[in-house]
Amino acid sequence: MAEEKKTTRPETEQEISRRSFFTKMGLGSLGIASAGTLAFAYRFLSPNVLYEASPIVNAGQAESYEVNSVTLHVKSAIYLVRLPEGFFSMSAICTHLGCMTAWKQDLGIIACPCHGSHFSREGKKLAGPAPKPLPWLKTWLSDDGDLMVDRSIVIHPLQFLRI
Amino acid sequence: MAGKIDDYLAKLERTRVWRSVFRGGTGSSTLRRALAIQQNVFLHLFSTKVRRRMLRFNATWYLGTLTLGTFLILVTTGILLMLYYRPAVPQAYADVKDLQFVVSSGLFLRNLHRWAAHTMVLLAFAHLFRVFYRGAYRPPREFNWVIGIVLLMITLLLSYTGYLLPWDQLAYWAITVGSNISATVPVIGEKVRFLMLGGHQVNANALLRFYVLHCVILPLAAVLFIAVHFWHIRKDGGLYVRQSEPVREPAKEDESVELEKV
Repeated sequence: MAEEKKTTRPETEQEISRRSFFTKMGLGSLGIASAGTLAFAYRFLSPNVLYEASPIVNAGQAESYEVNSVTLHVKSAIYLVRLPEGFFSMSAICTHLGCMTAWKQDLGIIACPCHGSHFSREGKKLAGPAPKPLPWLKTWLSDDGDLMVDRSIVIHPLQFLRI
Repeated sequence: MAGKIDDYLAKLERTRVWRSVFRGGTGSSTLRRALAIQQNVFLHLFSTKVRRRMLRFNATWYLGTLTLGTFLILVTTGILLMLYYRPAVPQAYADVKDLQFVVSSGLFLRNLHRWAAHTMVLLAFAHLFRVFYRGAYRPPREFNWVIGIVLLMITLLLSYTGYLLPWDQLAYWAITVGSNISATVPVIGEKVRFLMLGGHQVNANALLRFYVLHCVILPLAAVLFIAVHFWHIRKDGGLYVRQSEPVREPAKEDESVELEKV
């Protein structure tokens, strides 16, 4: 009697019991449903259409900028700079935490009001917590003679637009 | 006259309607008192009996209760402010100005909401420090400490989401800076920021998301965790009192027996 039990027992342990089968099925389907819910939530929370301004900005006639001038376009958050070498544009968003910087004519620097970062006219970092220089943006001349800036395309610095 | 009112109240308490609402009723017996607490949906989170010295001002400085008090003020004033505030870009700023200058008592309610919010953060931190320095976070109360930290996070998130709603320059740049901080999280940072703001900039979507978080999701989470926090006080054997502390009223202390876990 006792021996019989010993021989049959390992077999039953290898088999899956009804209870454990349903537990596994239940947990498995719960896992799949959770993953689906997460994917659904992620997709739902990411807007497919954004009503944000176009990255391409018209900065007006090139002739309206004087040589050695720095002009801040507040609405589009860019600087349009005209030096003797030519034109260029730069993001006015501080590379630290995204505040809008301002051009200080009397000091000849760009300064951020939030945490005191300073940049040169060419965007080089002079002081403060900002980790990177202000990025230069792709600038070109439209057929109508307007300066165009694409805020989504960063270019290497010191690539002046000569007209 | 007073006797008449007492008679009337006694009669009222015997009516079927009253008995169906207040099942246990009151009474001077220990059982009746215990039932009055235990059978009340709000009070049953608490211990049916507490030690007198736990209720002394010195034991806790009532910091947790005061934090709850500010939360209740915030819920009340917040619901009233919602009646005049629209979380949309063209209206939000003007609505807040209307609350300040046009709506009767609007300025009072807005200021009360703001000051209560500051006070709640202050009190939550004070409560945390008090619990920490008295060692009340130690077993068996360690999980209630964790719930307390969750509640502190919810409090700070409520503060942060509420900060955007006036839609002024201070709000705009504070949320710009704050969301850029979250973008510095490695790998997922940019995505977190995008989901949080519902876009790349602090704009209409961000205002609406912060409004829903501030007025619905975070308060519900706070209420849930507050309930568990209070319930845990009972489960962990009541408020923490140092054994070495002198008992001022020893006779009465003995009178209230330690409560059983109901």
